[in-house]
Amino acid sequence: MSNVFVAGVGLTPAGEHWERSLRELAFAALEAAARDTERVLGGPAPAEALFAANALAGQLSGQAHLGVLIADFAGLRGIEAVTIEAAGASGGAALRQAYIAIASGQVETALVVGVEKTTDTIGGRVNAALATAGDSDFESVQGATPAALAGLLMQRYMHTHGVPREGFANFAVNAHANGKANPNAMFRNTLTRDAVLRGGALADPISVMDVAPECDGAAAVVLTSRPTAVRVVASAQATDTLALHDRPDLLAFDAARLSAGRAYKMAGLGPDELDLFELFDAYSIFAALSLEAAGFAEPGQGWRLASEEVIGRGGRIPIQTFGGLKARGNPVGATGVYQVAEVALQLRGEAGANQIADARVGMAQCIGGIGANVVTHILRSE
Amino acid sequence: MEISRHWRLRQQRYGLVGEVCPHCDAKIFPPRDVCPSCSGEAKTPYVFSGRGEVYSYTIVHDPPEGFEANAPYAVALVKLDEGPILTSQLTDIEPAEVKIGQRVEMVTRKLREDGDERGMLIYGYKFRPELATAH
Repeated sequence: MSNVFVAGVGLTPAGEHWERSLRELAFAALEAAARDTERVLGGPAPAEALFAANALAGQLSGQAHLGVLIADFAGLRGIEAVTIEAAGASGGAALRQAYIAIASGQVETALVVGVEKTTDTIGGRVNAALATAGDSDFESVQGATPAALAGLLMQRYMHTHGVPREGFANFAVNAHANGKANPNAMFRNTLTRDAVLRGGALADPISVMDVAPECDGAAAVVLTSRPTAVRVVASAQATDTLALHDRPDLLAFDAARLSAGRAYKMAGLGPDELDLFELFDAYSIFAALSLEAAGFAEPGQGWRLASEEVIGRGGRIPIQTFGGLKARGNPVGATGVYQVAEVALQLRGEAGANQIADARVGMAQCIGGIGANVVTHILRSE
Repeated sequence: MEISRHWRLRQQRYGLVGEVCPHCDAKIFPPRDVCPSCSGEAKTPYVFSGRGEVYSYTIVHDPPEGFEANAPYAVALVKLDEGPILTSQLTDIEPAEVKIGQRVEMVTRKLREDGDERGMLIYGYKFRPELATAH
């Protein structure tokens, strides 16, 4: 089995890109990643496969078949190309397919590009599209959006563990503190704890400040079997029931636990050895449950880690180091690619003002649905 | 329009028909043919009583397309007396009065309108506070 390395990364700002289409966004990320790859490897690295990650284009842009759309537009006619969809975990799932292709020896270099465009339409249509990640017949038909399902999860968590509403506020504060210095972040403003607590209700107990904004964006990562300074030491995926209501233990977040556990085993390390953890804070409750599932807190205690001393850039386990989903933005199917690109930048020491000192091992985890599909990657600097 | 799609689910939407596992007697809703408890084949229909309690709830202020007229509305996880949990809107109750543990019962209500004024009306289960007279 070949080892897999990160050759290059390319990011576009997450946000509202009214002036750029799906294909243009994807190409901008690929161009940036190609320049980065050339710098890292000392020359161009022709790729044999392209994996496009996207969750919503079929519904919001009337455009499927993105693998070919992007390969064609990027001048890569003839290349092997396919779209990978796993809702919010699409980016991680596409990276994993590239990882498998390279590890198997079938492919030497692969392009992964995540792209999403949510701002051509607004409000109800975007919510309805996002809701297709759940069980259409038994959840969405009741008007249950992902935010509503996350609200059900958060309400039960607060009830079971006696957690106050304010207990989650610092996840958003931390995200914005880190997003501030990230030129690719959608929100670069400081958010005070008071401002978070004043956020208007969206799906009680979830307020607008508990939710990461869906937005446009594209990110690309080039993986290769040619050695570079950053190796992918683990790639793992796990699933849970599609519908939240079918879980024997609503709060177990089992797919995240399984996915992280498989990644730790593959990398031969544990949570204590991670220097940073890019978790999937689409909702603040996800941040708490992800920290528990990844072994940083006992069940019901993850929210207690939401303080600068623990999750800040100098803390025990820094999270959201470029702003997380909350401040960088959540370009749904592209988000998993952003996360891995951000971990790679940290391990190279190229994170600028967002740099975590002496970062050598970092984990990225993305989540499709309400914890239904979870992909985890661990990267290490060589 | 997806008429056949909603028609296929009529027993679940109007009658709360799930399944009972012939191997371990677990009650299953929504029906899934493989028992989540023992992994045996489970295709025996079972009619639920329609009674249960609120296991968790949320109030939706930002509805998806097709549900705008109802907002804000309460969505709950309802734990049925027979065991399974399902997702359902609550009705006949002020959102602020919903509580975890509250007793509720199934009623049939309009879920949404499919498209314009000529579109299909989709009916199905919602849950309301249990009426004392229903015992």
